Formats: sequence, C-alpha cells, structure tokens
Amino acid sequence: MAVAAKRKLKSRPDEPTEAEVSAEKLIDLYRRMLLIRRFEEKAGQMYGMGLIGGFCHLYIGEEAVVTGAMAAVELGDTVITAYRDHGHMLACGMDPKGVMAELTGRRTGYSKGKGGSMHMFSREKNFFGGHGIVGACVPLGTGLGFAHRYRGNSRVSLTFLGDGAMNQGQVYESFNMAALWKLPVVYIIENNRYGMGTSVSRSSASPNLYGRGEPFGIPGEQIDGMNVLAVMAAVQEAVEHARSGKGPFILEMLTYRYRGHSMSDPAKYRSKDEVSRMRQEHDPIDQVRKRLVDGGFADENRLKAIDNEVKAQITEAADFAQQSLEPDPSELWTDVYGEVEA
Amino acid sequence: MAELTYRDAVARGIAQEMTRDPDVVFFGEDVAKAGGVFKTTIGLLEQFGPRRVRDTPISEQAILGAAMGAAMTGLKPIAEIMFSDFLAVCFDYIANEFPKARYMSNGQLKCPLVVRTGNGAGSRFGAQHSQSVENWAMMIPGLKVVAPSNPADVIGLMAAAVRDPDPVIFFEHKSLYAAKGEVPDGEIVDRLGTAKIVRPGKDATVLALALMMPRALEAAETLAQEHGIEVEVVDVRSLVPLDLATILSSVARTHRLFTVEENPRLCGWGAELASIAAEEAFYDLDGPVVRITTPHIPLPAADNLEDLALPSAPRIVDKIRRSLNA
Ligand SMILES: Cc1ncc(C[n+]2csc(CCOP(=O)(O)OP(=O)(O)O)c2C)c(N)n1
Ligand SMILES: [Mg+2]
Repeated sequence: MAVAAKRKLKSRPDEPTEAEVSAEKLIDLYRRMLLIRRFEEKAGQMYGMGLIGGFCHLYIGEEAVVTGAMAAVELGDTVITAYRDHGHMLACGMDPKGVMAELTGRRTGYSKGKGGSMHMFSREKNFFGGHGIVGACVPLGTGLGFAHRYRGNSRVSLTFLGDGAMNQGQVYESFNMAALWKLPVVYIIENNRYGMGTSVSRSSASPNLYGRGEPFGIPGEQIDGMNVLAVMAAVQEAVEHARSGKGPFILEMLTYRYRGHSMSDPAKYRSKDEVSRMRQEHDPIDQVRKRLVDGGFADENRLKAIDNEVKAQITEAADFAQQSLEPDPSELWTDVYGEVEA
Repeated sequence: MAELTYRDAVARGIAQEMTRDPDVVFFGEDVAKAGGVFKTTIGLLEQFGPRRVRDTPISEQAILGAAMGAAMTGLKPIAEIMFSDFLAVCFDYIANEFPKARYMSNGQLKCPLVVRTGNGAGSRFGAQHSQSVENWAMMIPGLKVVAPSNPADVIGLMAAAVRDPDPVIFFEHKSLYAAKGEVPDGEIVDRLGTAKIVRPGKDATVLALALMMPRALEAAETLAQEHGIEVEVVDVRSLVPLDLATILSSVARTHRLFTVEENPRLCGWGAELASIAAEEAFYDLDGPVVRITTPHIPLPAADNLEDLALPSAPRIVDKIRRSLNA
C-alpha cells in the first residue's frame, strides 16, 4: 500500500510563519530563553574554574529552538535529545539546581552525579535524556512514538538531533519505520552548521536535511531556528500532524552555537567574524527583547526585573551545586540492576 | 632519542607507515583538518594530503565498512573510531565482517586494516565515553588486539599493526595521551604478540596494560620501598596474540599472579589469563590468581566515584600485600 501522507517539503527560513502569542506569552518565552542562556554561561564559567569536569556542551545561541518547541507541545508529550541537553532539561521544566548539581557531580544532581552533563533524565517531566552516542536518541525517540501510538494516548515524541547526527544510518532506519507505522514523532534537527569541527557542507552530500525524509513520504520543513515564534508555529503544525495520526514530521531548525563544541575547542573551523555576525544580527534573545520593547509590551524596568530574577535563580543553582556533597561511595553499586518484582 | 608524548607518537607512527607504503590511507571523524579530537593526528593532512587523509561524516558503520571494502583489495586503511565506546555502533564490522573474511573465503580475502580508538576512563566523561573495552575485541576470533602504554610502543606497535595481514584493533588510552616517554630516532617497528617485563621481581607477577601500567609500576615501587615485596611488572601490550611464553615463565619464577585491569570484571582479559594460568601453571602457583579490576558496573561521571571505580596504585598495593600476607 502506498504511503498516504501528502508529500510536503518547504524551506522558508526567510518568510516565517510566526505563532501568534500574547504579550505575556512573549515575555514568558523571553524569560525561558534567558534562563537557558544564563545557566549555560554559568556552567561555562564553573567549568573554567574546575568545578565541572568531563564534557560540557553549551546550548548558547540555540535557545529559541527548544524554547519554541516546548511552547508548542502539551503536557505529557515526550522529549529526547543527545548530549547538548542542558537547555532541553530546563525547557522541560527540570530544576536548574538539580541540573547544575549533576554537572558538578554531586549527590543532589538528577542522576546523583553518576550521569554527568550528557546523561540526565526526568520521568516526571517526560524528559528521556541526555544520550552521549550521536544518533542513538533517534531510534529511541521513535520508540517513544511507538509507545504513544500503542497506548493510543495522543502523545507526541519530540526527538531532537544534530546536523552531524543526520549522517548516522539509524536515523534513516527510524524514518522508514516511523513512516511505515505512522508514529507520532517530530524529528527536530538542530542544524547549528557544525558537528564538532566539520561543517555541514563538508559532511553532507545533500545539504537540505529537512528533505531527507522525502523518500519515506515524511514532510519536512526548514525553519529559522533563531526566531522563537517561527519555531513555535512550525512545531505546532508538526505536532498537530503527528497527533492526528498522520505520522512523523521533520523540522530542520537553522540555528547556531556561539561557543565551542564542548569546552576545549580551538575553533579553527570558523571565523570570529562569522560568530559575531550571528550574535549581533540573529541572536534569538535579543530579537524577542527588541520586539518586547518596540511593541511596548515590556519596558526596560520590567525586563531588568526579569534579568534579575533569572540571575538569582542561576546563582541559587550554582550555590546549590557547589554546596551539595559528592555522591556517597556506595552509589557506585546502586541502579546497576533493578529489583525483581514479586 | 627524543622525548615524545603518547599523543604525538600516534601521529608519528601513522606518518612512518604512510611514508613507507602508499597503500596506507587514514580516515575518521575530525582527524584531518582538525587534527583529531585528542590532537593525535595533527599534521598528517598537511603531510600526506586530502587524498590519503580524510575527514568522514559521523557514520561509524560506513567508516569501518568502507575500511574493510578497501582492505579487501589490498589497501591498508587506518580508521579512527573516536571513542572506543562507539565500537558498539559499528560492531557488525568488528564482530561479523573483519574477523571472518579470511576464514569464510578460504583465505582469498584479507583484511589488513587497523582500527585506532581512544579507550579508557579518567576524564569524567561518564558511562558512554569512558569504557575500557579491550575485552570486547579480545573475545572475537580473527581479530588482533593491542593496547600500548607508552610512546615508543605506540609507534612500534602501530607499525606492526599496519604491516600485519589481519585486522588489528589498536586501543590508545585517552588518559595517557599527555604522558611522555623516550623514543628512539628513526624507524621503529615492534612485534605483535610480545609482552615486556618492565620491572623485574621475584615475589609475584603483575600483568597490566595501558593506563594500568603506570599504576602497577607505582604500586610496585611502594611495595618494594615500604613492604619489601618485589613484584615483576609485565606490560601485556598485546592481548591477541598473547605472549604466553613471557607471562608463564614469569609465573614459573615468582609463583604468584596478579592482573590489573581497567575493563569491567566479568569476562575481563584477566579472566582469560587466570584460566590459562590455572590450566598451564597450576603447579607453579603458590596461591590463587588475583584480579584487580574495575567493578562490573557502568562508569560514573562524578570525580570521586570514577576515581573509586578504577584500580588505583594504593588499591593495587593493598590487594597484593593482603594476598601475599605481608
Ligand atoms: C556515535 C558517535 N560518534 C561520534 C561521537 C563524537 N561526537 C560527539 S558530538 C559530535 C558532533 C555531533 O554534531 P551534531 O550532531 O551536529 O550536534 P551538535 O554538537 O552540533 O549539537 C561527535 C562527532 C559520538 N558522541 N557518538
Ligand atoms: Mg551540529
């Protein structure tokens, strides 16, 4: 039987459809993006001070993607991503204190310090990680979609992946299966132009990542991922498609990471100019700030107050993460295996 | 002689073989333009050009599969899998393709390739980027497996691996990349399947490899200084083939055997050595073989837990001292 889904491919980063939101909602989006930005800045600082070890992949510059996406879903929809995951956790409503404490390897972290920056989870918030293996979260997100469909609960799986991950084979195995079984999965490609030190043009024979589901009949769209309202509108549409039983959807979010891949990145693969141009001309937070001010939705005082509240939240998280104790040595042995239920 | 880091030894080893043999090609993720995530392959692109030194997409299955495809025609690819944990992503080639080609084809197909990979813990990377998986490779008939502990061995064993007619999994230890060592000038070519007695001793044989070597040596020094115990430290270097002559003759002299392993305990490489010793050196042994290993757990990210998980010099000292009742 032929796949019934209507073929639809759209690249429209320059003429975005934006979500219509109230002034309060826009302020809320601003606050959420700012929380991620300040959290990540703090994490970077603490890494520099030796308080965080291992990897630490910052999401600075990409805040609009997960923030816009989470503004478009309903309670109960699930989220999964790779290792650049701090922003996703905050956007899912996880507590910055617990995330920061995981980064510093403390017992109060979401995984008691055993997971680290790349591996955190919250069943309560329907955040399924946090995965260090590039591409691994894509079949997992497909399986989340399978479970939603199986249970008939109208939930949707938001499955985030990078541009680099798009060259992993299991991504296409997942696309095929999700299309075949009409699974409610929205694949959100965070195209920040680089996978480590390799640009998309050096790693991908076909640069239109949003079109890579076409052979399977999966609609795809390319969106300006620096515009939170464009992201929100696109995810709303994609989620609606998936929720109504039409199967998966692919969204390619054009975005940009300002910082290095992880904390030690010689950054020789791109120019300082490129980075500062993105920051100055496309910053997702500045864009919303400008709208708020220009539209008269929030004055400088209100924005200042929000800045201060967010700062206080981050300071509290950082203090908590430094003051918490290291995990107890006995934790080495816990949660390796489960208990057999009687 | 010159002092070189383990990291720089990798590039020198590859360069030595690429210079000698135009059939050697090298590819992996971020290995060319960026010089490797661990800076192990800096300068190779400049020296040998983009035809022979290539960046790949993040596609481990294609990397290893293509390496084998090329190897079947006689090219000698060196492929990098950035972290050894990712061998699991492309394990089909490791387990089903490389090691079986010669056997299934009546010797017509050869697979003279090298997979280099960053193995081991010490950097707080957590459960999916810190594993010691030399035992994964050791368990598959048809693969050769080496794990050097110092810069000179990196070069010599790399040369041996590239020149070997069979697939070799080459485990570099991430926490050794900054370690320095004396390296002879000129070409260095070692032999697979040779262990090295690095510190002679009469009271017990201690087998180790990679990062566990410096720890075993530190423990040996403490045991000698503080407890009057002289252990013989043997760098196993090559798990397949295994230098049983060196290992068993050491046991015949010392009458006790310890292994120091970073891989998790169940089915770690030392389990095989303990089994071999039980069969072949039973009457030489004055006591049970004792394995000092990482426990059978996923690796934690937190500093204190990761430190606790891996065998440390004090833990090695303690275990050996208690076992010898000294
Ligand atoms: C299977 C696998 N291969 C390689 C890596 C190493 N690695 C970690 S992140 C990364 C780049 C991924 O780029 P992309 O998917 O674009 O995500 P981004 O970091 O840009 O968010 C690579 C190669 C890995 N973690 N897993
Ligand atoms: Mg990327």
